Amino acid sequence: MAPLLQITNLHAGIDGVEILRGVNLTVNPGEVHSIMGPNGSGKSTLARVLAGQKSYQVTQGSILYNGRDLLEMEPDERAGEGVFLAFQYPLEIPGVSTKYFIKAALNAIRKRRGLEELDAFEFLTFVKERAKLVDLDMALLDRNVNEGFSGGEKKRAEIFQMAVLEPRLAILDETDSGLDIDALKTVAEGVNMLRGPERATIIVTHYQRLLNYIVPDFVHVLMGGRIVKSGGKELALALEEKGYAWTENKADATVNVATVNV
Amino acid sequence: MSGTTQDKTLDQWAASEYKWGFTTDIESDTIAPGLSEEVIRLISAKKEEPEWMTQWRLNAYRGWLTMTEPTWPNVHYPKIDYQAISYFSAPKSDSDRPKSLDEVDPKLLETYEKLGIPLQERAILAGMAVDAVFDSVSVATTFKAKLGELGIIFCSFSEAVREHPDLVQKYLGSVVPQKDNFFAALNSAVFTDGSFVYIPKGVKCPMELSTYFRINALNTGQFERTLIIADEGAQVSYLEGCTAPMRDENQLHAAVVELVALKDATIKYSTIQNWYPGDKDGKGGIYNFVTKRGKCLGDDSRISWTQVETGSAITWKYPSVILQGDNSIGEFYSVALTNNRQQADTGTKMIHIGKNTSSYIVSKGISAGLGNNTYRGQVKVLRGATNARNYTQCDSMLMGDKCSANTFPYIEVDNPSAQVEHEASTSKIGEEQLFYCNQRGISTQDAVSMIVNGFCKEVFAELPMEFAVEAKKLLEVSLEGSVG
Repeated sequence: MAPLLQITNLHAGIDGVEILRGVNLTVNPGEVHSIMGPNGSGKSTLARVLAGQKSYQVTQGSILYNGRDLLEMEPDERAGEGVFLAFQYPLEIPGVSTKYFIKAALNAIRKRRGLEELDAFEFLTFVKERAKLVDLDMALLDRNVNEGFSGGEKKRAEIFQMAVLEPRLAILDETDSGLDIDALKTVAEGVNMLRGPERATIIVTHYQRLLNYIVPDFVHVLMGGRIVKSGGKELALALEEKGYAWTENKADATVNVATVNV
Repeated sequence: MSGTTQDKTLDQWAASEYKWGFTTDIESDTIAPGLSEEVIRLISAKKEEPEWMTQWRLNAYRGWLTMTEPTWPNVHYPKIDYQAISYFSAPKSDSDRPKSLDEVDPKLLETYEKLGIPLQERAILAGMAVDAVFDSVSVATTFKAKLGELGIIFCSFSEAVREHPDLVQKYLGSVVPQKDNFFAALNSAVFTDGSFVYIPKGVKCPMELSTYFRINALNTGQFERTLIIADEGAQVSYLEGCTAPMRDENQLHAAVVELVALKDATIKYSTIQNWYPGDKDGKGGIYNFVTKRGKCLGDDSRISWTQVETGSAITWKYPSVILQGDNSIGEFYSVALTNNRQQADTGTKMIHIGKNTSSYIVSKGISAGLGNNTYRGQVKVLRGATNARNYTQCDSMLMGDKCSANTFPYIEVDNPSAQVEHEASTSKIGEEQLFYCNQRGISTQDAVSMIVNGFCKEVFAELPMEFAVEAKKLLEVSLEGSVG
């Protein structure tokens, strides 16, 4: 099986400061990977580089997505090709309703995929169904994008957008932070329902608790800009118990586990 | 019987204005540059005006001579030589105009295309001879006849001076006095033409009145004069301008617009201004120094200004409302965009005189490129204005880091029962916001227009439907390439 995502020796940073220092990671269709690590280890940088944020510079290495050079693609093109990033801090767009925003996004992506744009009626039917999936109050759709949303509403809205846009590669950046247990469960349910043989998910998280509800196939520990340890779901539990310091001692031995796993 | 005669005369007038008005004596119809009493008499004579009109102009001119150009606006431009301007130039003769769209600047046509302007209108806007393009006489006549049945007067200012001197004499200068300010005085002395509207008692004008309908008014020149009167209980919505960039050789524009609302009357005045802003270095753009003011003369009257300003090199404009009648309402909704080297100093004045008067101001300024955008607003509550209310919301949006936005609110309250609120905000279209949209598959271009339209939503909601659609498109085109 051809990998969906292949990251090789990725070096990247911001404002001349190198944050990622040789990341290797392969993600196959159907897999759920979790990237864990302490604050400042480069988790969010990795997520943003994958989505193509321009303020980050890639200095070395390559990223192949579906066989194509991902780094050559603009952020909106990546989205069209099925890359989705659920933001840690979703942005507000005053005066633009969530419904309008998501419709513009969906139709832009459908257009790129050579599909017809949905008319208002088709769109509404589809959106209602998806909203149910993540237990999203439809009234939220008439409010401006993320404006005045609670932390939980913002995260739920992100997962809802993911459910509407049906990405091939979903990256969840700290989606669990700031969520109470009920919200966490609904978010997890949404993600689980979207799991499929064609799709892959990368869950970036600090804590293990989301992984109680979304069981990953692989867990990677990112420290100092590298993946220092990879393993199965039990690794997350070990981390929870022993802390990140535990992996530091074993760093050198486990650098390439991720690629071995493939 | 007399009605029929009148209709016939109207027909003839419309036809003659339109078919021959532009071409008679073109060569001799341009006055040499310079301004003097002789020039003003000459303008008045050419327009076959009555003596009172001539005297009114001269009076304004004498006032103007004693005045100095204002320097307080936050705009910068080279000194204007008022003696170098020709104050009366007839429309170009057809032989000077482009014969077909092939002769028109392709860049201009490209913009029309983007704005979705119908082919025929493109030709007119590009300055082609109108009768070479299409015949608007029948349209104009039908339109006029329909309004005529209701007693509504909608005509050129020159015609109003000839046909309705009593109304003109009663209200001209009653809202913007001749010597109100430097540019208003200049306009009062030399104005060329403009629009006149009178809505009789109790009549609700059944359609939006638009300068669009008067193709021949496209050439009213740089000193336009508009007077709109809504009699007791009357209602009217007036649209000015259009979204297409207009070709114009005149750099200085100093228009005056006066609105008078009598008891229970409502006037809604919407503007989309998209004059040539100059090239990216600001060369050749229009200077737009306009005085617009409405007077809520009667109790329970209402005047509402909505403007979308995207053109001109320099905009100096403060559509205002004098709230004289009790319970009257004044509103101002504005979007002003400055890109490249454009400068805008715009806002409003709300003068509360009557009891229980209220005013509502929503101003949205957008600066991109090297643009400089200033909101200047005055809220004045006079001693007798018991229970006056004002709410002002003033938002600025910056795109990039070379533009600027300023807010100068002036609030004067002489009555302790007044309630005045002012809210201001400044935001920036951030890289993060655009990235967020991009990440959802939305292109940068679409994201910018989405964010800007969201920002302007409250103002667009005030525009008549088709106008709002055009305004959105216009902002998109005006901001093209300003981010990313």
